[in-house]
Amino acid sequence: MSAGATHKVWRFGADIDTDQLAPGAYMKLAIEGIAPHCLEAVRPEFAASVKPGDVIAAGPSFGIGSSREQAAGALVNLGVRAVIAPSFSGLFFRNAFNLGLLLLTCPDAEQLSDGERIALDLQQLQVRTADGRVLACEPIPGFLLDMVQAGGLVNQLRQRLQAAARPA
Amino acid sequence: MSPPNRPPQTLAQKLIARACGQAQVAVGDIVSCQVDLAMFHDSSGPRRLKPMLEDLGAQIWNKDRVVLVMDHYVPEQDDDSRRIVRIARDWAAEQRLPHVYDSIGICHVVLPQKGHIRPGMFCVGGDSHSPTGGAFGAYMFGIGSTEMLGVMVTGELWVRVPQTIRMWWDGRLPAGVTAKDMVLHMIGRFGMNGGDYQAVEFCGPAVQALSMQERMTLSNMSAEMGAQTGLIAPDTTTRDWLLLAGVPDEAIDLDAWYTDEGVDETRARTFRFDAAALAPQVAAPHSPANTRPVGDFGDVAVQVAYIGACTGAKLDDLRAAAQVLRGHRVAPGLRLMVAPASLQDQQAAQDEGVLGALLDAGAELLPTACGACSGYGGTIPDGANVIATTARNFKGRMGSATAQVYLASPYTVAASALSGRIADPREVLA
Repeated sequence: MSAGATHKVWRFGADIDTDQLAPGAYMKLAIEGIAPHCLEAVRPEFAASVKPGDVIAAGPSFGIGSSREQAAGALVNLGVRAVIAPSFSGLFFRNAFNLGLLLLTCPDAEQLSDGERIALDLQQLQVRTADGRVLACEPIPGFLLDMVQAGGLVNQLRQRLQAAARPA
Repeated sequence: MSPPNRPPQTLAQKLIARACGQAQVAVGDIVSCQVDLAMFHDSSGPRRLKPMLEDLGAQIWNKDRVVLVMDHYVPEQDDDSRRIVRIARDWAAEQRLPHVYDSIGICHVVLPQKGHIRPGMFCVGGDSHSPTGGAFGAYMFGIGSTEMLGVMVTGELWVRVPQTIRMWWDGRLPAGVTAKDMVLHMIGRFGMNGGDYQAVEFCGPAVQALSMQERMTLSNMSAEMGAQTGLIAPDTTTRDWLLLAGVPDEAIDLDAWYTDEGVDETRARTFRFDAAALAPQVAAPHSPANTRPVGDFGDVAVQVAYIGACTGAKLDDLRAAAQVLRGHRVAPGLRLMVAPASLQDQQAAQDEGVLGALLDAGAELLPTACGACSGYGGTIPDGANVIATTARNFKGRMGSATAQVYLASPYTVAASALSGRIADPREVLA
């Protein structure tokens, strides 16, 4: 058993698109109204069953499609800790970090199985499975990791504005 | 033309270098760029930006660089859309935004028609089809609302200098084959994420021969290729179009914005295509990458034909459809819907007799808005086979999870409307 393998894996296929993550029919609603429909077209029980701290492991091209950041926001709202995939849509990638959602680009993500437990090592940028496998992830620019750790861009902007407003 | 000692640069590098204030940038550099123009619409904009700006106590960095277009939830069909559009209108008035276009068309078409996009600019849009602006030699791409908030507060945005994928098209398109067929073919070849969030540049004689609106169709669907942006070097076609849109001649710079000769293949890989050999293309459900020549489809019945969206209902698209439909009626029981991309295009189509030809053929005219393309205005019946000029056929995208949506050019959609099955427009036009 790898220490701290606490995140349960929800396994999805390739090409998970933003219309599956945040269906157009619910886009009028606030994120609390969209999140219950997240991924329902491919896995109807997901939104109701996923627990805070769980992770998604998926095939290539996760998040393709629209610029709607509610696609990432719905996962944040459901408490998803990270998405691990061999590749992401570039637009989704930006949105996710802006909203504080960690994405790990991991060439071997599809080796992860539904329901298994993993640990995330952000120092080494590795995924470690409960049975001891280690999957390497691609580097992430430091300012994006900082953004996730700050809880997203809004928090960073707030800090920046507060620092600017403070008397010198 | 390059200064001495400067290695050949791609168009994307030149545009980003200007925006970040450096003489040159290297592929892979992460730089902070000054935003020349930020566009958002009723769905991605005020309803999300207003509360976040208020929460931060922040102001818009430069209102003259902001454009708001109401196109997603107009005309309002229910209480939720009325609420969303009212937020946009009230906020536009309260902020005294100088550039607001309400219910006159789809943002990606309205923006250049109002003269906002010019060669050399660095622009962002709160919509994934924002790369449309690349057709004018501007570096434009889509961002989410939170990132747009960052732009509203700071006027800046980070970007990683991309590699360029050059799509070089030789020859000339045959009659009945369009930019939509070119881009569907490329998406089919490279896949939905084949652009790898790099810059795509469309070039070669077949691209130079395209009208401005056809070029916009190429750049528009670079989004479906997973590219960050889809650039076309501006030329006299660009200049003539922008002059008609009211842009002053001195504001149109064509000289600087092209990829240098001799740029090396590690930074600008080139793929070659022959326009003359291209057949009309159709993307089958449920992916724009699921593309094959129209002749491969055999006998596929369609019940709905949709000519709409920024991708496929501009004046040139309406003209193409009318060329097929003029003097004919759509197949019995088939529903043909036409939602022109902008009021300006609709008016021009009316003046030319194009709109009349479509209506005489049995088309229903829908508002000049995003409508059914994004599933925001659900008019697509469950279980129907739909052929559409739009950009995306993801499952459920157009509002019905059981509809089967095929993507094609306006010629092919019109020809299919006539026969009630997926049809090759070249047979009608011949």
